[in-house]
Amino acid sequence: MIKHLLSAADLDAQHATLVLDTAAELANVSSREVKKLPTLRGRTVVNLFYEDSTRTRISFEAAAKRLSADVINFSAKGSSVSKGESLKDTALTLQAMGADAVVVRHPASGAPHRLASWVDGSVVNAGDGTHEHPTQALLDAYTMRSRLGRVAGLHVAIVGDVLHSRVARSNVLLLTTLGAKVTVIGPPTLIPVDVGPALSPDLRVSYDLDAVLPDVDVVMMLRVQRERMNDSFFPSTREYARRYGLDAARMRRLPEHAIVMHPGPMVRGMEITPEVADSARSTIVEQVANGVSVRMAVLYLLLGGK
Amino acid sequence: MAYPQAASSSTTSGSPPTVKVILTETDLQRVVDRIAHQILEKTDGADGTVLLGIPTRGVPLARRLASRIAAFESVDVPVGVLDVTLYRDDLRLKATRAIGPTDLPPGGIDGRRVILVDDVLFSGRTVRAALDALSDLGRPSSVQLAVIVDRGHRELPIRADYVGKNIPTARAEIVKVALAEIDGLDEVKLLGEETK
Repeated sequence: MIKHLLSAADLDAQHATLVLDTAAELANVSSREVKKLPTLRGRTVVNLFYEDSTRTRISFEAAAKRLSADVINFSAKGSSVSKGESLKDTALTLQAMGADAVVVRHPASGAPHRLASWVDGSVVNAGDGTHEHPTQALLDAYTMRSRLGRVAGLHVAIVGDVLHSRVARSNVLLLTTLGAKVTVIGPPTLIPVDVGPALSPDLRVSYDLDAVLPDVDVVMMLRVQRERMNDSFFPSTREYARRYGLDAARMRRLPEHAIVMHPGPMVRGMEITPEVADSARSTIVEQVANGVSVRMAVLYLLLGGK
Repeated sequence: MAYPQAASSSTTSGSPPTVKVILTETDLQRVVDRIAHQILEKTDGADGTVLLGIPTRGVPLARRLASRIAAFESVDVPVGVLDVTLYRDDLRLKATRAIGPTDLPPGGIDGRRVILVDDVLFSGRTVRAALDALSDLGRPSSVQLAVIVDRGHRELPIRADYVGKNIPTARAEIVKVALAEIDGLDEVKLLGEETK
């Protein structure tokens, strides 16, 4: 197994499948009366969060605790970071405390890669800027597999703000590794130029959601990341919602078996309507539950052995 | 793979290994039959009993015991699988192990008599892990242990309730249990240098 999980590209098909298989076994623990395993007793996992997060941080915390690891939560607010401490000095502090794994979220793309060269423990990327979020891609693949039985051969549409989305990047890398066909869809201003060659030669790009919908097994809606936009990428929210939002009428154009995913947090009325978000096709709540199992699997595979 | 075999396989030395067949196919059948009878005798008809196989080879053995018990007294003893990987005390000594499935029979193990089934009893550490795993899954009324081969060298105060064959071994020797379901044939062999 690899030492760090920095990018979805760190996993080949065999390793990615091992993570999903392990997660499937660990998912049973969540339905037991005693939701705890002694496996990582005595190991320390630090959650190092420089950016706001609810579900990812809680999910990693629950995962580490279910494996009996000690968890230290560190958020930039209320720490020495607000006094001006650098990432490197924080990393050396964690190193001195003997962290076996550091789960890091950072607004700067590539921060986990730098961190990995400063600490001895494993580094797990929990989202870095607009770059990658590999555990989200793993839990999305896991959700597809548990709902549709497989990942290979599925046609997945990733819709919306691809430009700012680390979820999209990690998903494209992982899903193509696992043999799925991926199409990214969005307004031209929110799709990076040359996204295909940069991520995967098989990646398709479309600017027309309605044309692609009847042919997909999975549609993954992305949040429009206003906080990362210092420019206007589309004329108005209403126009965006009309062209790229998933509403009930569009959902009816999907094949019977197709599922609707969203990594959260979602903006109801923007990229997805409440009707769709709460429908039986939506896996949004399932994704959160699966997140804990998948992160347990990642922590076990990184820390469980020698 | 049972832990004792994995542990001893790393300690093979340079001299050519000797191979001795301890149980043939027929012997193994008789041993399983005898243990099935002993279970019926000791548990008074195997009421409220659950057989849990420890992967890999404990699982088909548990199934065989259940089918023999059904043949002798037409009692259906539920069979399950108990993976103990996450409870091992040697995880940090080796590369990460893949986790196998744990599959309890319907009704679980609460208040029932659980008989753990494994191929070889060696250090006792696998059984220790299994006991810990059991206590997280429920509260059996009692726990017993059935093994095909007891080869000694215990590192923990653990003993088996049903033993197919006691084999005195040297630590460096390897007891290899082959089962038709997994290995294509039934046989128990002792590998290693017995006379030096």
